[in-house]
Amino acid sequence: MTAHSIGVPVRLRACAKTFRDGTRALEPLDLSIQGGETLVLLGPSGCGKTTALRIIAGLESPDPGGRVFFGDDEVTGVPIEKRKVGMVFQSYALFPNLNVADNISYGLKVRRVEEGERRRRVESMLQMMHLAPLRERRIDQLSGGQKQRVALARALAVQPRVLLMDEPLTALDAKLREELRLEINALLRSLRITTVYVTHDQSEAMALGDRIVVMSHGRVAQIGAPREVYHRPASAFVANFIGTTNRLDGQPDEGWLVLPGGRLKLPESFVGGGTAYFRPEDAAILDEVQSPPEGALAGTVSAVSFLGDRMRLLVEGVASEPVIIEADPRRELRVGDRIRLGIEPRRLLGLRSDS
Amino acid sequence: MQRNGLFIAQLLFTLLVCAFMFVPVVLSVMAGFTANYIRGFSSGLTLRWLFEVWGLYKDAIGLSLVIALACLAVTLIVGVPTAYFLAKANHWTTRLVEELLVTPLAVPGLAIALGLIITYGGIREFRSHWTFILVGHVLYTLPFMVRSVLAVLSSIDLKTLEEGAASLGASYWQRFFTIGLPNARSGIVAGALMVLTLSVGEFNITWMLHTPINKTVPVGLADSYASMRIEIGSAYTTVFLLMIVPLLLLIQYIAEPARPSRAKAAVVPQPAGST
Repeated sequence: MTAHSIGVPVRLRACAKTFRDGTRALEPLDLSIQGGETLVLLGPSGCGKTTALRIIAGLESPDPGGRVFFGDDEVTGVPIEKRKVGMVFQSYALFPNLNVADNISYGLKVRRVEEGERRRRVESMLQMMHLAPLRERRIDQLSGGQKQRVALARALAVQPRVLLMDEPLTALDAKLREELRLEINALLRSLRITTVYVTHDQSEAMALGDRIVVMSHGRVAQIGAPREVYHRPASAFVANFIGTTNRLDGQPDEGWLVLPGGRLKLPESFVGGGTAYFRPEDAAILDEVQSPPEGALAGTVSAVSFLGDRMRLLVEGVASEPVIIEADPRRELRVGDRIRLGIEPRRLLGLRSDS
Repeated sequence: MQRNGLFIAQLLFTLLVCAFMFVPVVLSVMAGFTANYIRGFSSGLTLRWLFEVWGLYKDAIGLSLVIALACLAVTLIVGVPTAYFLAKANHWTTRLVEELLVTPLAVPGLAIALGLIITYGGIREFRSHWTFILVGHVLYTLPFMVRSVLAVLSSIDLKTLEEGAASLGASYWQRFFTIGLPNARSGIVAGALMVLTLSVGEFNITWMLHTPINKTVPVGLADSYASMRIEIGSAYTTVFLLMIVPLLLLIQYIAEPARPSRAKAAVVPQPAGST
């Protein structure tokens, strides 16, 4: 393996971006990415994640006042070709006039890496990405997954200081996406190269990121490790964007939440007022005899989707909106069944509702 | 059989269209080889007219080739970077430039020539030089080169390809020569073929701009049809074909190589080594 050692840390200071037509794509952003860390920028389209990535890459310059650092070097005014970054695009951006091996060696050639070294590095990339049998292939003879592996090999061959990936898996079908995600994950863990990964897919973000930056309307909604963002979302937006979240609107009553389907005990010092959120997997279906001290909610199953490893139920009557819960797939449940749900108080989230 | 009937009808139609296109050319070429056109082939075949044309008009033939090649050179040097720039810039002004470039096509050649004469005709040295005709040819053919290259560059995602190349360390000119040009290749070749044929065959502009000493083949052709034996005019057609066909073949030949090599075999034994 080519030694990439630990990647450089990347820092953004007050990087905002206003486009020429006046659209504000990114509000001033401060971000510190540690050397070797994989940071995922996650959010819906138009949230500013790609703009942030392009500012790090040098494809966009931040509005005046914004600064970008790679380690101790300030690179704000440095064009992309001098930043020594590796970039992987959603559309692959492989050069159709070159074959697989020539695509990988392109960056080494333009940087005038001496021929022996060049061949050695291309060879090691071909091996690492399992592309050796395809080295002579034309780009249009490759599948989507192969193309993205070539793109990754090409970006890594130049031994970049930072690896930047812009929705690299979005163009692939589901099964391939899963496979390549695992491959990329293993690769990033072993290389310890500083990586910024942009995606709108929360499962991709959770699987790959050391930390996730959830973005919305050009602002950071939350930064944290995947577990943190999932279990302690900072806002209703984050809770909804990452995973599925149910919303319970009721009346707070001395430590209890009163809902159409029953009463639930709230955790100590609950901040959500009359609105609590919970994840589908945090609700338990109670037996008829159980009446837990935390209270219970009664409802009617209105839809059942069997997913093999689990089962998803839509339950009505619990709150003003139907809730989604997960259940043991071996359980016999049908539409119309009456069920009771228990939710532990510590699983109820109180969130500030945001913009 | 039903299919047979349809097939024969299609074949006949195809042959009819071919005949419509080729018979006049073939007849004209043949006329140039007959000793006496009025008497027909019975008068015998001869190369006399061909040599006569060569003797009378070899300057025009030479000038036609010089102008065509110079015109190609100019449209390549000006047109390809223009198309490259237009393909990359995405702005309303570039749309405007694109449209402006096509206007010479909408204006009759005679009008272009007249415009050139009114504007530059006073400069006698220039007016009597062959580059005066060249200017007309470039004005007329440049849009074809730009359009043809632009069409190819617009069909690929040039912007992202360039961003990819830039991220790998390629400077502006490296990107132009290693990514822009090779991927525009088919458009450049198509444009070059068009520019050459148009320039060699151009009559309207050239007729207005030519001087007795600066004559191209089509102008000479018109002269000889008007003032000489029909056999000489016809031999001229042959000369024209002899000139343009090798030129077109040459361009195609030059443009042929340099596609990335096809995979010779899907399975190449993997050298032992790290994974």
